[in-house]
Amino acid sequence: MLSDFGSILLFMIAGVLFVAIALFVSKLVRPHRPNADKLSTYECGEEPIGDARIQFNNRFYIIGLMFLIFEVEILLLFPWAMVFQDLGWYAFSAMFVFVFLIFIGFIYELGKGHLKWDLPSPAVPEYVEGVGVVERDIRTEDDEFESDGGLTFK
Amino acid sequence: MELTTLLFYFFSLLTIGSAIFMVFSKNIVHAAFALMFTLLGVAALYVLLFADFIAATQILVYVGGILILILFGVMLTTKGFTDNLKTLTTNLRPVSVVMTLVAAGMIYVLLTTTWPVAEIAEPEGTITGLGTLLLKEYILPFQVTGVLLLVAIIGALLMATKVKHQQ
Repeated sequence: MLSDFGSILLFMIAGVLFVAIALFVSKLVRPHRPNADKLSTYECGEEPIGDARIQFNNRFYIIGLMFLIFEVEILLLFPWAMVFQDLGWYAFSAMFVFVFLIFIGFIYELGKGHLKWDLPSPAVPEYVEGVGVVERDIRTEDDEFESDGGLTFK
Repeated sequence: MELTTLLFYFFSLLTIGSAIFMVFSKNIVHAAFALMFTLLGVAALYVLLFADFIAATQILVYVGGILILILFGVMLTTKGFTDNLKTLTTNLRPVSVVMTLVAAGMIYVLLTTTWPVAEIAEPEGTITGLGTLLLKEYILPFQVTGVLLLVAIIGALLMATKVKHQQ
């Protein structure tokens, strides 16, 4: 069994060597004449404005959390799939109950509208004389979130 | 030295080294990447212990899932936070007392335990045995895991939902 992972180790070593050798050889053959334009972020002439680190929409976080939970479910399917042929209907019904439990959670998520992709409020960077780049929220006051996930406490 | 022993020392060094780097790094993104190497090293140690399913779980859940969530957490926090992360040491005296006691206890256990050493046959993968155990002997914990995941879904969604207060 360890030898199966040995081939994975060989792949890892080959991957590291491939990148290292490619970078080293290109360092040997390429000319080295940098200037300010070449070293800019987008060499094609696009001027970068603002910071690359923006605050991401927290909807990605919910998607990530859901991914993690369903990934654990998928992982537990693997041992089940290995013994499914031997145990037959017993294994099938056991896994059916398990998957159904998580399916309830999925229905809950769907029903509360968490999978609905609300329009985010775009923050447009703008250059203000004397101040620099500011990010202006172009969403008006009327554009309240259409969905708050259905969980409005009154 | 045998190859597996050499690999064990290499991956142990990788795990401990990147863990130390993670703790002392001032840049939170660098710390997250160091954590990735730590988790990968732990997965490699699982492989050396013949725990193939645990190793795959470690890579899929910890490296592929939890680390992504940590990086999301970094990206979701207000910008500029990542630039000057202030880490400082507080409560130095009580911490050093507790840590000395813990370290002494661990070293004591390490020295006094008799470690059974035996040659074992290389197992032919653990997933089939794991599946049988999971579906026969441990069917109730398995289903409780399902309930736990359901609770985790609902809890995560509840915490992530904006709560509107009455005005």
